[in-house]
Amino acid sequence: MAQTLFDKVWRQHIVKQNDDGSVLLYIDRHLVHEVTSPQAFEGLRMAGRKPWRAGAAIATPDHNVPTTNRDKGIADPVSRTQVEALDNNCAEFGITEFGLDDIRQGVVHVMGPEQGLILPGMTVVCGDSHTSTHGAFGAIAMGIGTSEVEHVLATQCLIQKKPKVMRINIEGELASGITGKDIALYLIGQIGTAGGTGYALEFAGAAIRSLSMEARMSLCNMAIEAGARCGMVAVDDTTIDYVKARPYAPEGELWRKATTAWSELHSDADAVFDRELSFNAADIAPQVSWGTSPEMTLPITASVPNPDDARDEVQREGWQRALAYMGLQAGTPLQEIAIDKVFIGSCTNGRIEDFRAAASMIKGGRVADHVKLALAVPGSGLVKQQAEAEGLDVIFREAGFEWREPGCSMCLAMNADRLEPGERCASTSNRNFEGRQGMGGRTHLVSPAMAAAAAIAGRFVDIRTWGKGE
Amino acid sequence: MQAFTKLKGLVAPMDRANVDTDAIIPKQFLKSIKRSGYGPFLFDEWRYEDRGEPGMDCALRPKRRDFVLNQPRYQDAQILLARENFGCGSSREHAPWAILDAGFSCVIAPSFADIFYNNCFKNGILPIVLDSAAVDQLFTECFSQPGYSLEIELESQTVRTPTGQTFTFEVDAFRKHCLLNGLDDIALTLAQADAIRDFERQRRNTAPWLA
Repeated sequence: MAQTLFDKVWRQHIVKQNDDGSVLLYIDRHLVHEVTSPQAFEGLRMAGRKPWRAGAAIATPDHNVPTTNRDKGIADPVSRTQVEALDNNCAEFGITEFGLDDIRQGVVHVMGPEQGLILPGMTVVCGDSHTSTHGAFGAIAMGIGTSEVEHVLATQCLIQKKPKVMRINIEGELASGITGKDIALYLIGQIGTAGGTGYALEFAGAAIRSLSMEARMSLCNMAIEAGARCGMVAVDDTTIDYVKARPYAPEGELWRKATTAWSELHSDADAVFDRELSFNAADIAPQVSWGTSPEMTLPITASVPNPDDARDEVQREGWQRALAYMGLQAGTPLQEIAIDKVFIGSCTNGRIEDFRAAASMIKGGRVADHVKLALAVPGSGLVKQQAEAEGLDVIFREAGFEWREPGCSMCLAMNADRLEPGERCASTSNRNFEGRQGMGGRTHLVSPAMAAAAAIAGRFVDIRTWGKGE
Repeated sequence: MQAFTKLKGLVAPMDRANVDTDAIIPKQFLKSIKRSGYGPFLFDEWRYEDRGEPGMDCALRPKRRDFVLNQPRYQDAQILLARENFGCGSSREHAPWAILDAGFSCVIAPSFADIFYNNCFKNGILPIVLDSAAVDQLFTECFSQPGYSLEIELESQTVRTPTGQTFTFEVDAFRKHCLLNGLDDIALTLAQADAIRDFERQRRNTAPWLA
């Protein structure tokens, strides 16, 4: 029978089918970070349990780490305690950790793929909703809570009900400068933040096949912002070329066996989906979010919407609240919105391709005078090293950006990097919720190129025409 | 885990859609390595006028008078009535921990985000999905009747209003069983240890690069 990509990977991981329709699902890879794991390790200790397969887990601190003065350690004692708890737990339970002094340390969802820890056809979990990133490899990758982190550590399994499967086709060719991030924001704008609830998404179509692995990761990363359990892309040569020769990737005979199996990791031609949507790539312009939910997103050519135009009362109230929080007037062109801060980084856009795209927009320009802070935060120590080898750090620094150490940084502002009340930020992160980047802070989600251009212009610009006689 | 069987409790209305887990418990409180102590910081940015930090004495902080949980009539509420897509965003289990720690053990909404919904069951919280019309009715009654309370019974899967009107809700059989009995599902999975080992043995042949 014809199967979807999701069905193939799902079936390969069923340990036991339960009578109520749920399954015991085997988990191949478990990524661990400092914020959602301490209570799970404590649970293991209290029950006298050990990890079922310590080698399947790998850890790095990211959410709560400083991006400056690493040599001085972590100044905030509460944050330091949490990072030290991860160090101690990994040592006690025999889990490999890339600690703060390791070049491989970084945002867990940047580090994992970079190390070849994520392979096609795997099941991947992490106590972090953006685990959906790894679906870019044709893997089933899901965010879980701390109780499930403990469950996976103890049993290497999860009890799961099979979600429905939705295929989203992006047909045709993307315009120049349109990224995985723009596709993600556009889709969420179309289907809403609950549009994917109860579904696994498969992203397909010519435009998706044309994307690099970095862009596919940005797209799958934001599947959770559409409410989906996970997002996936079929395996192709782009996937296999990316994985090849990475430190944890298989080699030799195992590599040959693996790639043969991976060539099956696509939906069969006549596979049936619970839902299928199609969009035209040519309709996707550079996106900017204007409100306090990722679905409140519009093309850069648009203006802030009027609540009177909302489709129903719930949306009207949501828009009104968002406009008040964001300090925006209906009808203001997005290109007239001035910004105070810029953040380039995160598990969505902290990879080398993102910094190359951002640097290409700077072209000798300077961060606008009224922009108080422009942060470039590489997703890992290795991304930072690569960017520096290419001279990108010099481009950022000379333009007035701060070039920082790797971590989640101002995506969620658990460390010192944050917005102050009322400050407006062009951010390459994934959530524009109230208070996400700091209490009272106002976040606009954009691609790295859009963020860099906004830093120089001091406001949002259309990168398709900016600097070309606009 | 605390079992959930039945509950008769005061209802607090959280009348906005798409409430995310960043709003339920802001990031600065995620630095704790404990499971408890989050209750005073539940909805921190909506509840207080100042910026909350871990370890603060919340009794001394300036409260936003108009925020629902600050109103005297909703003190000691045990049931949170909510709107669409409650608990979206971050997977942080600190969100249900904060809800539980603040005295709530049931949340009623027309829909929940997947991860949050799942996290509730792991902590003895019952998330109930009712259709939008039913939820609208409960909001109307809750606003108009001080002291409005509901009776929840998990065994019969019912929500009963003060007038005796009853709504039934769906809940997965396995989750219901665990919640009714306060079961630790890790122990249940470990009872399948042989099946897990068999699976791993088989995989060493079929997918040796994953072994």
